[in-house]
Amino acid sequence: MRFGVVRFPGSCDEVDALLACRRFGDAQLLWHKERDLGGVDAVVVPGGFSYGDYLRAGAIARFSPLMESVIEFAREGGPVLGICNGFQVLCEAGLLPGALLPNRSLRFVCRQVDVIVENPDTPFTRACEAGEVLSVPVKHTTGRYHAPGIPEEQVVLRYAPGQNPNGAQDDIAGVCNAERNVLGLMPHPEHAVDPLTGSADGGRLFESVAAMVPAA
Amino acid sequence: MRVQVLIRPKEGILDPQGQAVEQALQALGFEGARNVHVGRLIELDVDNPQQVPEMCERLLANPLIEDYEIVIEHAGQMRSAAA
Repeated sequence: MRFGVVRFPGSCDEVDALLACRRFGDAQLLWHKERDLGGVDAVVVPGGFSYGDYLRAGAIARFSPLMESVIEFAREGGPVLGICNGFQVLCEAGLLPGALLPNRSLRFVCRQVDVIVENPDTPFTRACEAGEVLSVPVKHTTGRYHAPGIPEEQVVLRYAPGQNPNGAQDDIAGVCNAERNVLGLMPHPEHAVDPLTGSADGGRLFESVAAMVPAA
Repeated sequence: MRVQVLIRPKEGILDPQGQAVEQALQALGFEGARNVHVGRLIELDVDNPQQVPEMCERLLANPLIEDYEIVIEHAGQMRSAAA
């Protein structure tokens, strides 16, 4: 299993994502100017401030040469995981429904939250039970998910009651596309892969994807 | 040709920035200030103004959450174009 982790100018969580992936498989960075995905089995679009988040978060990154290839990879059924800014990029790219708006509080939030696995039937959550609670951090200013009419089965992760950090519609923390091979979430599973930092629950998502392809 | 694109939060979408500005205005004593919304202004020169709607749809605005209005300069005056 080989993960490819996208690096845009302004990415800042790509190394943590790379190290998280390497706990469960091989992983390499993918530079935004390239078009070649290097034959990876799954793509992670990490957090940060791609292209400075100018105009709108993710709006410019979405048109990078590499993203054109990622969009094609996703349309062919390849698993794509977007975390935080990566989630914003995938929404802007039209791979996921909805959009991310500024937090209701207008404040940057940085805290550990509990998220509930609502749909374990995706490549990213198949190692989880329905209703399983994962403790992972959030850190963002633009995380208020907005997608009127999104089908319930596309809601993959929800903030635990009372823990919605940004005013997201229906406490939604993570969503997938109708085909379920693309997942975006605001919390950062890559920052929660070692008990040393308080929780290893985030590893469940990487573990789920890694289980798709047997170790070489 | 000089063009302005006015981008506004779509009606009905919670606009906490507008609310914060409204509260600040009221705190300054401007009690009649209501329904404040904060958007974005993009100014550009274009050769072909007919391309501007597509620019808005594809990049400048996110039509899911934002409305846009295109204003084009005619004989030194800015006039709103039918979007």
